[in-house]
Amino acid sequence: MSDVSQKELDEFRAGARAWFAENVPSEPDFMLPLTFMEVGTQEQFDFLRDWQRKCYEAGYLGAAWPKEYGGGGLAQAFQDVATQEMHRAGGPIMLNAIGINWAGPLILDMGSEEQRKAYIKGILSAEDIWCQGFSEPDHGSDLGNAQTRAVRDGDDYVINGSKIWTTQGNYAKYMILLARTDPDAPRKYDGLSFFLAPMTVPGVETVPIKKLTGEYGFTQTFFTDARIPATSLIGGEGKGWAVAMRTLEYERGARGGQAGGYVTVYPDVGEVVELAKRALRNGHPACEDPIIRDKLVKLLATYRGLQLNGKRSRIAPLVQDKPMSLPLSSKLIATEFYREINQLAMAMQGPRGAYYVGEPEAYDEGIWQRSYLNAFSGTIGGGTSQIQHNIIGEHVLGLPKS
Amino acid sequence: MERNVTLTFSEEQAELLEVAQNFCRDKSPVPTVRKLIEDDLGYDPAVWEEMVALGWLGIAVPEEFGGVGLSMAEVVPVVEQMSRRLMGGPFVPATLAAQALIAGGTEKQKSAILPEICAGKVATLALTEPHADWNLTHIEAKAVEEGGKLKLSGTKIFVVDAASAEWIVASVSKDGAPALVIIEKSTLPEGALRREVVADETRRSFRLELDGVTVPADALLDVSRAKETLDHIDLAASLLLSAEACGAAASCVDYTVEYLQTRKQFGKLIGSYQSLKHPTVDALVAYEMARSHLYNAACTFGQQGEGEIAVRMAKSEASDALSFAADRAIQFHGGFGFTYECDAQLYRRRSMWCEYLHGDGPYQRAKLADLLF
Ligand SMILES: Cc1cc2nc3c(=O)[nH]c(=O)nc-3n(C[C@H](O)[C@H](O)[C@H](O)COP(=O)(O)OP(=O)(O)OC[C@H]3O[C@@H](n4cnc5c(N)ncnc54)[C@H](O)[C@@H]3O)c2cc1C
Ligand SMILES: Cc1cc2nc3c(=O)[nH]c(=O)nc-3n(C[C@H](O)[C@H](O)[C@H](O)COP(=O)(O)OP(=O)(O)OC[C@H]3O[C@@H](n4cnc5c(N)ncnc54)[C@H](O)[C@@H]3O)c2cc1C
Repeated sequence: MSDVSQKELDEFRAGARAWFAENVPSEPDFMLPLTFMEVGTQEQFDFLRDWQRKCYEAGYLGAAWPKEYGGGGLAQAFQDVATQEMHRAGGPIMLNAIGINWAGPLILDMGSEEQRKAYIKGILSAEDIWCQGFSEPDHGSDLGNAQTRAVRDGDDYVINGSKIWTTQGNYAKYMILLARTDPDAPRKYDGLSFFLAPMTVPGVETVPIKKLTGEYGFTQTFFTDARIPATSLIGGEGKGWAVAMRTLEYERGARGGQAGGYVTVYPDVGEVVELAKRALRNGHPACEDPIIRDKLVKLLATYRGLQLNGKRSRIAPLVQDKPMSLPLSSKLIATEFYREINQLAMAMQGPRGAYYVGEPEAYDEGIWQRSYLNAFSGTIGGGTSQIQHNIIGEHVLGLPKS
Repeated sequence: MERNVTLTFSEEQAELLEVAQNFCRDKSPVPTVRKLIEDDLGYDPAVWEEMVALGWLGIAVPEEFGGVGLSMAEVVPVVEQMSRRLMGGPFVPATLAAQALIAGGTEKQKSAILPEICAGKVATLALTEPHADWNLTHIEAKAVEEGGKLKLSGTKIFVVDAASAEWIVASVSKDGAPALVIIEKSTLPEGALRREVVADETRRSFRLELDGVTVPADALLDVSRAKETLDHIDLAASLLLSAEACGAAASCVDYTVEYLQTRKQFGKLIGSYQSLKHPTVDALVAYEMARSHLYNAACTFGQQGEGEIAVRMAKSEASDALSFAADRAIQFHGGFGFTYECDAQLYRRRSMWCEYLHGDGPYQRAKLADLLF
């Protein structure tokens, strides 16, 4: 698989480019989500599900996943090309983010043959939407303390408890679920098990939660004597913590094997520069303000630094001192950057910085304000920035636990 | 704006990185650094000779002039590793003076002086003036033709390692335009050089009075290339200061971490306190990012447009990263951090040099704003 010829790749690229040029849908008359965490209406959902299925069927998603489970069976280089072309064409995001980026790779990595056969194809085609049941109302950052109960009963586990902040919970057919099988285990981690849980069984109820933007995107999930088959266990009973940690590596991009595509549209930093030129602040274009100039360049340097970090991480002699430093810090840098650049974009707008979506006088229909609020999904979801600091401090620098 | 940034790392860079890493670690442990702070010269001539023997002085000098024929990209890992061990010595000024000659010297000057620099004779630059403009083409020192010679006047500051130098390449204004002249140090009048007191005590820096200094007419570098030579030196100097900042930041973070892993207060290792842990992580992240910019600047050095953007970004990021890391290093060592004995001060003093020479972060970002939008 490693010796892919440049010619094959070029041909594949040409095909992908032509296909995306023809098939990227035109802008609908409703706002498309910029991230998978912003899918809040049925029309958004239908539109994105349709788009993902088309990409998959054309061979541009999951191209490098094994053929026997529904993937394309090609080398990773082909999927990378497809993803680049998807970007280039400016296509919408992939909907089934948790499926393609972490549940899927996890199932391929640690799942049984039956589980791979059962789930991979539906993940790629977006037929089966997946959600993640990790956080609970009382245990978020302290994931290892999750208390949702799973009790073995014959061929089933019976689930009781509640998960919260479940992205796409109301659309999902399956949940990757971390639940407690042994409340008496001496170490809290050893009492946990990991399930590929169906959401369609009786006793599972999802309640949408309104986000700070006033829109929808995540839910609280309640389990009341919900029976799920014991075959949905992955990694073995009491081994759930290790599976969860592996899942987080996929989620944070510290481990490869994702199906491809992208699930977030980051604003082109060029758009922020362009805004600086036209937005009026204190009566003048923001780009004339020395403080704005300084901050903007600082953020452009961060943006560029992120890309450069990615390149440097592949040059062994330049990462030999602390090999995990770059992979473990990219989530922190990228999500904080995204929050800060939106914040700066608002500051460029003078009094209009106080407008919001819906106001005709707002710059760009108020998208900067909305993006700023939505940016916290990155700095809180998937492990908060503070938790990322702990992880880097403890795993890269070897500092003692807090 | 959406550009494809490049970061390549040559085999030569990798080799030099490894050799320099080991060499500098062995030759420059902190006690040696501290001993040399007390020394007039500021470096060990025997170690300097070894560096010369390794060919380092000629890395970016063409082979025809006795050099290795590589580029500034290959100088970067060496300077980074030297600064990681807080090494003193005239490596950087000699390298930059050679760059000035390569970019703007006459054939005669190049063949006379470059081989000597490669063989270990020291040259340095006299560019900065008391008016403190970071723009090197703002020159108030003058050269006036008189009887077939050039009569110089004015004042230069931050003439690094002038005491050990044989040649000083100075910027002057001649007929209203920038020019560069080579001054043989032995011809300087008594008292023309005065050692400056600089925060980074590993450096030897001098003030140079040009009044009363005369040089022969052929001491002038190619006047038609003076402006581009000054631009080149400015970027080359910024590149190497970024390398120094990154090297020092790497060891400064390690130094702080070591204390956080061993010092206990309130019955706990202080590294477990997040008010120390999180800023230390920020220092690490900023350093790592600066280092990526550094090697981007190294591999694009000299490219029209892109090269300048990359260097200025590296300088801005690396200056800020080291200053932050070293500032926190002092704080996180508590009372010990307030002492001369604690190495945190060495890093903080070095950061002042790396930050304030050739333009600090805000200055670089203002220049970048002009370049980018
Ligand atoms: C948009 C969005 C989508 C999400 N989607 C999902 C999902 O699909 N599935 C899922 O399971 N979860 C999801 N989450 C939940 C997310 O993982 C949690 O919100 C996150 O891990 C924080 O947990 P918490 O909300 O309980 O906050 P808490 O853990 O209560 O944290 C509160 C504050 O305390 C800080 N803090 C906590 N512990 C420490 C510590 N040890 N050191 C320093 N600071 C600390 C945090 O940084 C935070 O600022 C989502 C969250 C968001 C915002
Ligand atoms: C100029 C000067 C004059 C002084 N004069 C006197 C004097 O006259 N008399 C006298 O008795 N003392 C004096 N001191 C000592 C001073 O009070 C101590 O240095 C100070 O209390 C810190 O203690 P430490 O040096 O042991 O550092 P540590 O306590 O070891 O602190 C090291 C680092 O860890 C941090 N840290 C420690 N514990 C925690 C925690 N729980 N949470 C978060 N961070 C923590 C500190 O903030 C510091 O950054 C002086 C100090 C200085 C610098």
